[in-house]
Amino acid sequence: MTQSPGTLGPDPTNVLLRHVNVPGQHDIDTYVANGGYAAVHRALKEMNPDEVVAAVDGSQLRGRGGAGFPTGRKWKFINRNAPVKYLVVNADESEPGTFKDRTLLEGDPNLLVEGIILTSYALGVRNAFVYLRGEYYDCHRLLGGAIRQAYERGLLGERILGTDFSLDLVVHPGAGAYIAGEETALLESLEGRRAMPRLKPPYFPAVMGLYNKPTVLNNVETLCCVPWILNHGAEWWMQQGPPQLYSVSGHVQNPGVVEAPLGTTLRDLIDRAGGLRPGRTFKACYPGGSSSRPLVAEHIDVAMNHESLAKLGSMMGSGAVIIMDDTTDMVKVIARVAEFYMEESCGKCTPCREGTRWVVQVLERILHGHGRPSDLDLLTHLSKNMTGTCFCPLGESVPPSLNAGLAHFRNEFEAYIARSNAAVPMPVRIKESVPVAGS
Amino acid sequence: MTPETHTLAPAAVADIREIKARYPVAQSALVPALLRVQAEYGWVPPETYDGIAELLGLDTEVVAEVASFYLLVFTAPVGRQVIQLCTNVSCLLAGADAIQAHVEAKLGVKTRQTTADGRFTYIVAECLGACEEAPCMLVGEKRYKRLTREKVDEILDRTDS
Ligand SMILES: Cc1cc2nc3c(=O)[nH]c(=O)nc-3n(C[C@H](O)[C@H](O)[C@H](O)COP(=O)(O)O)c2cc1C
Ligand code: SF4
Ligand code: FES
Repeated sequence: MTQSPGTLGPDPTNVLLRHVNVPGQHDIDTYVANGGYAAVHRALKEMNPDEVVAAVDGSQLRGRGGAGFPTGRKWKFINRNAPVKYLVVNADESEPGTFKDRTLLEGDPNLLVEGIILTSYALGVRNAFVYLRGEYYDCHRLLGGAIRQAYERGLLGERILGTDFSLDLVVHPGAGAYIAGEETALLESLEGRRAMPRLKPPYFPAVMGLYNKPTVLNNVETLCCVPWILNHGAEWWMQQGPPQLYSVSGHVQNPGVVEAPLGTTLRDLIDRAGGLRPGRTFKACYPGGSSSRPLVAEHIDVAMNHESLAKLGSMMGSGAVIIMDDTTDMVKVIARVAEFYMEESCGKCTPCREGTRWVVQVLERILHGHGRPSDLDLLTHLSKNMTGTCFCPLGESVPPSLNAGLAHFRNEFEAYIARSNAAVPMPVRIKESVPVAGS
Repeated sequence: MTPETHTLAPAAVADIREIKARYPVAQSALVPALLRVQAEYGWVPPETYDGIAELLGLDTEVVAEVASFYLLVFTAPVGRQVIQLCTNVSCLLAGADAIQAHVEAKLGVKTRQTTADGRFTYIVAECLGACEEAPCMLVGEKRYKRLTREKVDEILDRTDS
């Protein structure tokens, strides 16, 4: 169900969001009264680290940050005998349309701390870091409070609960760079440098991660699943769906985070988010953030999971579902998406740095009455040249929008171009951004 | 205190030392240190780079290079409040372009500019991770949701006036 701020108290229809609307849930006493930290007590006293890894592996949990990589398998890559290894939590949430990690952190920050403790125990990690998006000011306060209380109760620090296991947890502030969400750029940033992706190989985080030590990186939601899996077992977890968070926004009546079984249809998700506005029809949607290929009306019954979306040439991504009804100007939306990637390009490689700039320039001139009939071929050409050529996935995030736009909404581009009028002055901004030739 | 650090307030120096101690490698403390200095002055004056570099054992150029990379590290003076108005897709679908036009006309600024009276620095922001509240903005650290022109007027008129 949609997590709606109106209803207070636990919501038994949800798992991950069960307690986000409980008054005082950010306080450790309330958290514990609602079953919190039971998994840490059990795991540290009754389970060895391998059993924790096995439980998560058995749950078939897949990462919730975007790539959907199986979490258990990722954990098993780590050399257990390495003397120093790190856990880094990706809380940089900035894929457009995504707000589920913020919802978890604002509503139930202790859940992440518990997930981190369990994961660190499983992997033999002594130092863990949360890379938290700079703009998430409330989350900084709430997570900081949860960590402080965990230290006070002996759940963090030296010899946790009287065992040999010790863990320190530091929240590291981001400072406004989308690319820092990419795992290797995040590590660069956490090491105090500019957030620019590293070359894989050799910089696979599991082998050469933070400070060149073996490192596990996981998303906030991923780690919030861990206490539930340990409390109830892998089988129960899968029977619940497994529970998946979808950030549903755009043209729905009740936008919010929807918790639903993985693979719920797009149609059901729209319903759970209050449906479309009266009298409107569905036009398109981003199923997994603005990096995913948009879906159209014929896809309304697709199961929103990794496999089905991949079959459509799209992806599950961060679970950010942006709904667009028949009032939407697709050219405008796609231009805005391209502009985002242009702004956020770290500039390391040419196809991304120059390609995004060029695409934006062409789309803006189309929007502002200066489009040329040849522009659609130019966009197709640019899209091709940006596919498979960029250093990291950011640069490859523009083509899906362009390709779907030109395939399904070509008439909207053509209508703009047909209305073009050279007498209309071009906005200054566009004149200034002359693309570099030869890219 | 060395002469290099004298432009940093003693409280900031103490905090930066404490931040540095959290990390296995001192350079990790750089962005948090820059943000700590920013909390002091509203921005990070270049005169403080030497002091930060000294505290963390880095070259001043490294401090300058990193400071210039991050949007939320302000390397030039900003207004008393920073407005971050989201114009990304979910907010656009909820009318953010009209809100943007309104704010820009009202304040007489474009993105990354400061009003003549020094009250506001205005930034056209990317998705703020609050798309269920679209269109939305941050003023300082406070988030405002489901903006209308009237709501924007009311918020800006009562902020730091
Ligand atoms: C450009 C780019 C931005 C990303 N941003 C985020 C992000 O904000 N949060 C996140 O958790 N993962 C993000 N990712 C995915 C991470 O690289 C990484 O796959 C993920 O954090 C791993 O955690 P998981 O296995 O738990 O999903 C991004 C990836 C790319 C390429
Ligand atoms: S694709 Fe873009 S963001 Fe990624 S490394 Fe290249 S320039 Fe940087
Ligand atoms: S698009 Fe505006 S907050 Fe996400």
